[in-house]
Amino acid sequence: MNINYMYSLIAVIVLFLLAYVGVMLPGGEYLFGLFIPFAAVITFIVGFTYRVVGWARSPVPFCIPTTCGQQKSFPWIKSANFDNPSTTGGVIARMFLEIVFFRSLFRNTKCELKEGDKLSYEWEKWLWAGALAFHWAFFTVLFRHLRFFLEPVPACLQILEKLDGFLQIGLPGLMLSGVVLLAAVTFLFLRRLFVPQVRYISLASDYFPLFLIMGIAFTGILMRYFAKTDIVGIKEFTMGLVTLKPHIPEGVGGLFYVHLFFVSVLLAYFPFSKLMHLGGIFMSPTRNLANNSRVKRHLNPWDYPVETHTYQQYEDEFREKMIEAELPVEKMIEAEPPEETEEPEEKE
Amino acid sequence: MSDVPNPEELLTNIAPKPPATGWMDTPAEIKKGIACYASNPKSVEYVGLPYPRQWSCFDEDWQLPENWKEIITEGFRERLDRFRSIKVFMDICVRCGACADKCHFFIGSGDPKNMPVLRAELLRSVYRNDFTAVGRIIGSLGKKFKKSIGARELTLDVLKEWWYYLFQCSECRRCSVFCPYGIDTAEITIMGRELLNLIGLNIDWIATPAANCYRTGNHLGIQPHAYKDMMDFFTDDIEDITGVRVEPSMNRKGAEVLFITPSGDVFADPGTFTCAGYMMLFHFLQEKYGFDITWSTYASEGGNFGFFTSHETMKRLNAKMFAEAKRLGVKWILGGECGHMWRVINQYMDTMNGPADFLEVPVSPITGTVFENARSTKMVHITEFTADLIKHNKLDLDPSRNDHLKVTYHDSCNTSRGMGLLEEPRYVIKSVCNNFYEMPANTIREQTFCCGSGSGLNAGENMELRMQGILPRANAVKYVHEKHGVNMLSCICAIDRAALPTGMEYWVPEVDVTGVHELVGNALILPGEGKRTMNLRSEDLPGMEDMEDEDAE
Repeated sequence: MNINYMYSLIAVIVLFLLAYVGVMLPGGEYLFGLFIPFAAVITFIVGFTYRVVGWARSPVPFCIPTTCGQQKSFPWIKSANFDNPSTTGGVIARMFLEIVFFRSLFRNTKCELKEGDKLSYEWEKWLWAGALAFHWAFFTVLFRHLRFFLEPVPACLQILEKLDGFLQIGLPGLMLSGVVLLAAVTFLFLRRLFVPQVRYISLASDYFPLFLIMGIAFTGILMRYFAKTDIVGIKEFTMGLVTLKPHIPEGVGGLFYVHLFFVSVLLAYFPFSKLMHLGGIFMSPTRNLANNSRVKRHLNPWDYPVETHTYQQYEDEFREKMIEAELPVEKMIEAEPPEETEEPEEKE
Repeated sequence: MSDVPNPEELLTNIAPKPPATGWMDTPAEIKKGIACYASNPKSVEYVGLPYPRQWSCFDEDWQLPENWKEIITEGFRERLDRFRSIKVFMDICVRCGACADKCHFFIGSGDPKNMPVLRAELLRSVYRNDFTAVGRIIGSLGKKFKKSIGARELTLDVLKEWWYYLFQCSECRRCSVFCPYGIDTAEITIMGRELLNLIGLNIDWIATPAANCYRTGNHLGIQPHAYKDMMDFFTDDIEDITGVRVEPSMNRKGAEVLFITPSGDVFADPGTFTCAGYMMLFHFLQEKYGFDITWSTYASEGGNFGFFTSHETMKRLNAKMFAEAKRLGVKWILGGECGHMWRVINQYMDTMNGPADFLEVPVSPITGTVFENARSTKMVHITEFTADLIKHNKLDLDPSRNDHLKVTYHDSCNTSRGMGLLEEPRYVIKSVCNNFYEMPANTIREQTFCCGSGSGLNAGENMELRMQGILPRANAVKYVHEKHGVNMLSCICAIDRAALPTGMEYWVPEVDVTGVHELVGNALILPGEGKRTMNLRSEDLPGMEDMEDEDAE
C-alpha cells in the first residue's frame, strides 16, 4: 500500500466533502464563493512573487549553462545556436523551446539491459507527450475560463472555443481540452503508480496536485455536460468577483463550489509546492545563460580574495632543485646576493 | 581487482527494482569496493581546510566536530543565499523521473539512490525540513506526515548517506541534459561536497591531489626537477622513434604562449604518449613557423581537484594559471587535453581569477586565426588550435601511419556538457586517422557517458563502483568493437586516459585507449625525421617494418 498516494487521495476527498457540505451551512456560500477564492488568489500572487523574488535575491555567481550541442568556435564549424547558445537571442530561443515544447524532455530515452549484457536506449516519448498534453490542455482550459471574467467575450476566446470544440459532439459541445486534461493527468498518475522507479521517488506532494487537478477537471466536466449547471448564474457571479461587487447567485449547485474550492486550494497550495517549477524554469542557470564565459567575463558579486601558493613560495621551496635541473629561477642562491630583499628562509 | 566481481557477476548484481522499503527507511550501508578512503589529515591541513583528522568511513565513529550539525545547517543556509542554482534546484524538482536511467552509476548498480533525482532528494529532504515553511508546518504534525512530503531531519545516518552517495556522483551533468528544468546534479553534488568539507569529510583521492597541486603545482606532487626529467625522458623516446630531437622549453620568460596540460600526461601511460604528441607538434611548429611556446612547472596542472572540494579551493588552485602567464609575460595560454580542467576554464576561470587584462586576445601566429571564442579568458583548447592548423593545411600529416587503428571517440563529460567542444576533436581525429567510427548516438556528444571515475573517484579502493560506472561507456565501445572492429578508444581527458584502460581491460579487453594528440604525433611528419617504424608507444607499426626490410635489401 502506498501511503503517500493514500494520504493525498484522502486529502482531496476531504476537501471535496468540506466544500460540498460546507456550502450548505449558513454563510457557506459566502465563505466558499467569496472569502476563500479571494484569499486563495491573494496567497497565490503574494506567494508566487515572494518565491520568485527569493530566488532572484540569490545571485548566479558562475556561468554554468549545460551545453547540449556544438559550441561557437570557428566559422567553418556549425554551432548549435539553440542547444548551446552563445547569444541572448539563442538563449531566448532555447528557453522558448524548453518552456513551450519541453525540449529537454523530448530527448528522453529509456535504458534497458537486453540479452543480459547489452544496453539499449529507446526514445521514450510518452512522458514528454503526456506532460505536453497535460500542460497545453490545462493552459487552454484556463484560457477558456477567461470568458467568465470578461464581458464582452473577446473574439480570440471565441475562436479558441471553436477550435477546442471542433469535434462538435453533444450539447453543450464537447471541449477537447477538458478531456485531454483529464486523460493526461490520469496518465501521469498511473505512470507514478506503475513505473517502479517513479513510484519509489514519489511523495504525497507529487500525488496531491494530480488528484486535485483530476478533481478540478472532473467537476468541471460534470458541471458542463451532466449537471448542466446554470452558466448564466455563474457568469453573474464571476463578473461580480472581477468588478469587486460580489454577488452570490441562487442555485448554482454544490458542484460549482467544489470546483471553485478545488481551484482555490490549488492556487493557495501553488507557491508552497513543486508547482513553482512554473516560475523556476525561467530562473534555471543551466538553461538561461549563454555559453559565452570565455568571450565575456561573468561577474560574481560575492567574489572574495583567496590565499594562493605564489610562484615565489614555490621557487623558495624548490630553488635548489630547479637550479640543479637547469630550470630558470627568479632569484639565485646566496652566491649572487639579491638586490632588494633578504633571502627568505629556505624550506627543506 | 581481486575483490571486484567479474563482469558477469557485476551485470547480474544490477538491482532490477528498488527495494521494498522506502528510501528514507533504507539506511545507507557503506560498502567496500564502492566507498573511497577518507582524506589524509596532512593533505587537509596543508590547504588549510577545517577539521583535519584521521578517520574512516567504515568506522562507526567519524570523529566529527561536536557542532557538526550546526556547521552544516549554517553552511547550507549560506550557500542557498550565494547560489541561485541550489536554491532553485532545491525547490522545483517535480520528480518526473526522466533523469533516473541517465546516470551511469544507476545503470551500472541499480541502486535507486544513484538516480539523480534521489541523490538530490537526499539533500532536499533536509532542505525541506530546515528551510521551508511547509516542511516546518507539516513536519510538526508528526513523523509520518513529515516523511510523506519528503522531509527529514539531518541525523548522523543522513550525513553518512550524503557522504556515501555524493562520492558516487562524478558531476558529469548527463542528467541535466534531460531534465525539463535543467536541474544539474553536479551543482548539488558540488554543494554537498562543499558542506561535507566544512567538517573535514573529504576522500583522499581528492584531498591529497588538491594539496599536491597547491604545493608542487600538479596533483601528482611531481617536483620541478622530476617534471623536467620526465620531459627529457620523452625527448629521448621521441628521438629514438623519429630521429628528431625536440627541445621543449620550461618556465621560460618572454615566450609567446604558455602551455598547461594535466600532469597525468607527464606521468602515466597512455597520457605520456599524448604528451609526446604535444611536444612533437610544438617542435614541428617551432621549426616550420617559429612558434614560441613554454611549459611551466609551477602551473603544471590543468586539472583542478579543488573543483571537487569547494569553490574556494578551486579558485585557489586555478589562480596559478593566470599568475604564471603574467609572470612569464606570455600573450595567451594554450590548454591541453583534459575534461574538468576545461569546465573550470570555460565556466569559472575568468570569473574567479580574471580579468586577464595582461594577456592578449589569442591569435594563432601560424594561421592568423583570432580565437574569438576565447576573447576574454585568453585560453585556447589544444584541439581548437590543432583543428585550425589542419584546416589551414599547416601540418604535414601521414594518416596512414594510424591505419592499423580503428578509432572511436569518447566525448568527455565536461568538454561536452560544460563547453560544447564536439566537432574540433573529431575534425582532428578524422584528419589523422583513416578509420573512424562513432559509437551509438545516445552515448556520445552531449549524451556522452562518463568514464565512471570523474570528479576525483579514480581511486583504487572503489573499483567496483568504477566498473559499474563505466558500464554504459564500455558497452557502447563493445558495440562498435563487435560491429566495426574498433580497437582504439580516443579521448581528450586525462582522467579518461587513466580510467578508461582499466575499464576497457575489464569490459572490452581488445580495445586500447589514446589521447587525440598521440594520434596527431603519430601522423605528424617532422622536418628531417627518419622513416617511422614505431609508433609513440615504441610498438612496431604494422606494414612499416616490412618496408624497411625491403629498403634494406
